[in-house]
Amino acid sequence: MTVGIVDYDAGNLTSVENALRHLGYQWKLSGDPRDLEDTDRLIFPGDGHAATSMENLRARGLDSFLTRYVAGGRPVLGICVGSQIVLNSSEEGGAVCLGLVPGTCKRLPGGAGLKVPHMGWNSVHFETQHQLTANLPQDSSFYFVHSYYTVPAPSVTVLGTTDHGIPFVVGFLEKNLVTWQFHPEKSGEVGLKLVDNFLKWRP
Amino acid sequence: MLQKRVIVCLDVKEGRTTKGVKFENNVDLGDPVEMAEQYYRQGVDELVFYDITASAEKRGILIDVVRRVAERIFIPFCVGGGLATADDIRAVILAGAEKVSLNSQAVKNPELIREGARLYGSQSIVLGMDALRDPAMPSGYRVVINGGRTKTDLDALAWARRAHELGAGEVVLNSIDADGMKTGYELPLTRLIGEALPIPVVASGGAGTPEHLRAVLQEGKADAALVASMVHYGTYDVRTIKEYLAAHGVAVRR
Repeated sequence: MTVGIVDYDAGNLTSVENALRHLGYQWKLSGDPRDLEDTDRLIFPGDGHAATSMENLRARGLDSFLTRYVAGGRPVLGICVGSQIVLNSSEEGGAVCLGLVPGTCKRLPGGAGLKVPHMGWNSVHFETQHQLTANLPQDSSFYFVHSYYTVPAPSVTVLGTTDHGIPFVVGFLEKNLVTWQFHPEKSGEVGLKLVDNFLKWRP
Repeated sequence: MLQKRVIVCLDVKEGRTTKGVKFENNVDLGDPVEMAEQYYRQGVDELVFYDITASAEKRGILIDVVRRVAERIFIPFCVGGGLATADDIRAVILAGAEKVSLNSQAVKNPELIREGARLYGSQSIVLGMDALRDPAMPSGYRVVINGGRTKTDLDALAWARRAHELGAGEVVLNSIDADGMKTGYELPLTRLIGEALPIPVVASGGAGTPEHLRAVLQEGKADAALVASMVHYGTYDVRTIKEYLAAHGVAVRR
């Protein structure tokens, strides 16, 4: 099995590669749709700005590629900004996003003593029993770095939630597309388990 | 709720971990990669590797350490010490570090913060600040550089604010007065900067007991506490420290 990693100048992908090596998988990292076409599943990471990320995707023809790939039924994992821009839109830079999953992305309100970005370890409450979160202790902690949060439509399956001033969704599932707002590749052994669960998942 | 972090700092000289008191009399403590793995297994939340080689020709040794650490531990870690250009920052980020810490070089060239934040995002740019008590300064603390040997004209609070405006996403506050003394963190310093800035503040210098961490994370308003000697010499391990913090009402990752 070959795992494709989508490279579109959206942050450092070394840690994603290291996680796959550690778990014993083959991967192909590329920003060219032709290289990613024959992969068995896809990791769609991302750090940074939603509007800039969308520009980078469009410039490489990766927006239409991702749409086709997801429609084709192969498993896709969105991480961080990758979990945000699969939705219809984001408040960040007024971005029109991929629209692969109904929903939007809003800025964290912050407030008394609450710093934004939401950066560090926070516990995640798994909302749905699923193979993707199997063998993980309820309320495990994961590593977050973000200022915007996902608001998927009510029809979307919510996998996990956390709290930073307000409760919000940090993982959702729509058919063969799963996303996590935090960085599983930087979240210790529970994070690696989550990546491994995705790589073994047959939607 | 967001948890308080326990961070272990390893001073690295020519590929080996060392530790001194007030930046002097360094002794060899072992292989930083093996030590990093050990702390990872104990549940440390983050690591900092501080290069004190201070020699550009030997930077390659540090990059190799960073690469090997990134292959074996899966938590965020930060690299600092002598990073002076965008290329220096790029090299450690590409090797697998999540963050870089800019210290003396940022004082000499504040634009380095802006450039780093533009290229890699504020979450990757940490201001490392060595501060010395000084009643002559408006905030009561003066910024010092070059491992505490050189005084600057900068006030600690003013410099932290400026660094935040330039794009720093976090501040590590190292108290030169407390460093290596094991008598506790400089609480007034972390409280001052932690309450003034909207970005996380990491307390550094002075930790000797788990109670010192509790105090700085609660009374000192720090978001994270950095330890070195108290774990390097086997007096405490990270798990024991976190158990103590949890038992005293500090939210930590278990």
